[in-house]
Amino acid sequence: MIDKNPGLSFWNRYKVSIWIFFLLMLTAGVIGASQGFSAEGSGVSERIAPIGRVHIAGQPFVEFEGASGESQEPELVAAPRPTRKDYPDIGVSSRALVWILAQMHLFFGALVLAVPLFVLVIELTGVITGDDRYDDMAHEFMKISLVGFSITAIIGGSLALALFALYPDLMAYLMHVFGAQWLVYAGLFFLESFFLYTYYYGWNAFRYGNKKWLHLTLGLMLNASGLTIMVLANSWATFMMAPSGVNEVGAVVGNIWEVMKGPLWNPINLHRFIANIAFGGAVVGAYAAFKFLSTRDPKLRAHYDWMGYTSNFIAILAFLPLPFAGYWLMAEIYAYSQQMGITAMGGILAWLFIVQAVLIGTILLAGNFYLWSGMSRTEGSVRYQWLIKYIAVVLVISFLIWVTPHTLILSAREMAAMGGSHHHILGPLGIMPAKNVAVNLMLVVTFLSFQIYRRSDKVATVSWAPAGNALMVAIYAVAIVNIIFAGVYYGYFTNTVYKVGSSVMQVASTLVVIIAGIVIDSLMFRNARTLPSHWGKISDRSQYALFALPIAFTWLMGLMGYVRSSVKTHWHVYTVMKDNSPENYIPTIGYAGNMITLVTLLFLVCVLFMFWVANLSSTRQSRPEELEGSVG
Amino acid sequence: MNLFNKVMVFSVGLTLVFTLVANLLPQVEGEAPVEKQVDIASLTMDDFVAMGESLFANKGTCTLCHKPPPLGRAPDIEGVDMVAVSVKRLADPRYQGGATDAAGYILESMVDPGNFVVAGWGKKGSNDTESPMPAIDKAPIQLSAMEMDAIIAWLQAKDGNEVTVSLPSPEAAAQVADASGAESGSAPMAAATAEEALTKYACTGCHSLDSNEALVGPGLLNVGGRMTPEQIRQSIVDPNAVLSEGFAAAMPTDFATKMTVSELELIVGRLAEKKQ
Repeated sequence: MIDKNPGLSFWNRYKVSIWIFFLLMLTAGVIGASQGFSAEGSGVSERIAPIGRVHIAGQPFVEFEGASGESQEPELVAAPRPTRKDYPDIGVSSRALVWILAQMHLFFGALVLAVPLFVLVIELTGVITGDDRYDDMAHEFMKISLVGFSITAIIGGSLALALFALYPDLMAYLMHVFGAQWLVYAGLFFLESFFLYTYYYGWNAFRYGNKKWLHLTLGLMLNASGLTIMVLANSWATFMMAPSGVNEVGAVVGNIWEVMKGPLWNPINLHRFIANIAFGGAVVGAYAAFKFLSTRDPKLRAHYDWMGYTSNFIAILAFLPLPFAGYWLMAEIYAYSQQMGITAMGGILAWLFIVQAVLIGTILLAGNFYLWSGMSRTEGSVRYQWLIKYIAVVLVISFLIWVTPHTLILSAREMAAMGGSHHHILGPLGIMPAKNVAVNLMLVVTFLSFQIYRRSDKVATVSWAPAGNALMVAIYAVAIVNIIFAGVYYGYFTNTVYKVGSSVMQVASTLVVIIAGIVIDSLMFRNARTLPSHWGKISDRSQYALFALPIAFTWLMGLMGYVRSSVKTHWHVYTVMKDNSPENYIPTIGYAGNMITLVTLLFLVCVLFMFWVANLSSTRQSRPEELEGSVG
Repeated sequence: MNLFNKVMVFSVGLTLVFTLVANLLPQVEGEAPVEKQVDIASLTMDDFVAMGESLFANKGTCTLCHKPPPLGRAPDIEGVDMVAVSVKRLADPRYQGGATDAAGYILESMVDPGNFVVAGWGKKGSNDTESPMPAIDKAPIQLSAMEMDAIIAWLQAKDGNEVTVSLPSPEAAAQVADASGAESGSAPMAAATAEEALTKYACTGCHSLDSNEALVGPGLLNVGGRMTPEQIRQSIVDPNAVLSEGFAAAMPTDFATKMTVSELELIVGRLAEKKQ
């Protein structure tokens, strides 16, 4: 009998098997989890009890010395105190080796966690709009990141090996503290792999109808397992920064949940979640830009232009709330330990925030430049192009304020010439209130670029459009005045405590602009008249902005990794386990910069390899005879 | 130049720009604190005061927060006479601590900063009932009793006040030298419980804790009933101030410098509970 609908028949044939498989997985998971939870209680003793508890009827149990059957308090074990000789010396810097491997693992981990997140959203958009282009693009995004999963695992394994070999006491302690959580972590890898491969390879098999929803469910499960892996790994990092569930000598006194749920865990989870999306968007954007530049085919250029635009959209949209997640993280760090906060923001690490300003400035300038270039795609953009020069001026001035250092190392002669250790104009611009004004204004005008870009190909048809525009202008004006007023008044005319408080007011103003902009535009441009848009009609130069973004993001992640790890100063686990290794000091920003460049270039090489392999899979060599024929 | 090379030159070039910026900035290494051996034989009060000033700015990390207004995140200390300020705070009706003089107040504010929070400097939302300052005899700062004494000495001396703390004894200096963490890796580890502290200082070698039987020193079964916590504290740090009847002055006199403040308080707390 001929099967007229092979897709449906496949489903009919296999749906029972698939559901049985899922049920088995679920059952195994539940049983495993319940045994895991009971292992610390009576579960184990009950399982092995029959041999030891045989006794004569009517007689009491035989008691053995040291095994009376009464529960004993577990012995509290303090954190180890390794001496310098306890750290193996392999002839190269242990810290540098772990630094490279950890950072590479983090880069790839971030990429492969982020891509499925927005791929799922794009795929869902395709389902809702019925536009196959979304589906194809989502599939292509998955294709180019697929090899990244293997690279993440390989580097992760190398990192674990390096840590156990080079920092045995620390790892023994962490194993002791986190116990069976490591097994859960390892188990999740299997789960993630299962969902990854079924999601990717099942793309075309589960493309329409109910099967599409099954496919989306696979994507959701892939993301769920990936995010769980991320938050578990985050708990180790945050435990080392702000340990919880242990006493002051590091002995475990809480359960695994208390150990994991330290004060910095959720701020780091949120910060990494958002940053990963921005980072992933930027990396796949570079792929699209390269493909755009390497072809002259208008159809392909249109496709990769759209892909690059979507990637940039994801990267910048995720990037805009990132500073606020950063505020929360720093606020929690200050709340946990003011000393740790000041070490990061006002101590020797403070200089790196100048580099951070350069990096974020690069990201915002590149993102804005790409949006302005993209306005050439639509004829309606002429209505807004006059705004670009003002946005550019605000961006550049704000950027210069942000990179103005507060203190410079000066000679006595220079200091005398300047009339003090701080320049009378640049000095006030070097402190945080000025920088808070600058960064918030940069975010506000970046959103403005984004908003005018989105409006370029539309004409509002609702009757209240003029009022809506007036409201939007008023919101921008009030927010900008508020940001400047809060920064100047509270920053320069009150004490430090109010300075910090004023940043909340500024952040709120920026958020109001972003949220109000999205809400007003989505209502005002409902059923709007659409103007012609020409995908592929964008300058080649604009594509370099899409290369600048991932380079700056990668470097920025490396820099923030340096500060996150350095705030622990000479502690492996802050306050409970000292770092007595030869490299227990905070390296200079120059050394850190060189290390970050090294890992960024290594990442670049690996990403190129990833893209090359992705393209290899869709390349088919022609038969030699065909080639000869075409030549002849 | 083909496209691949152009993109690579652009990407590597941009990376190098960031590297250049990082290398143009002042290059400072954050050293792990290195413990210093104190040569007790030649240690003068001036040296001790100088040590206090150095500890205040370096290992103690006090200057991270205690800066002149409007820069500080904690009250200014260097710019004010702390002895005069301490006397005022002791007279403040909000003061609930146990100190009776300026040195005691300063010590108390280091080991138990929440005891008296200066108005306007409490944790956000705590209405000045909670201090953001860490106890500096605990990790990560972990100053020893001798180091805290040095800081008190400097705070008294810098404004011309009389220095009331004593110079450390040889045993205390030896303890600090033994506890030098950076080189030997044996970081000083304070006892975490009263039992650990009692064992660490071999109290039970001379005193019976569970009876009134007199060994070298008196039995401590009812010590909480016959002495206040203040008296117990005094009998540990200055055992010869008041001698129990019938006992010679045999108790070591250097516990004040050997014990950390938390250890002392653990022992005092446990003994004060011992009421028959």
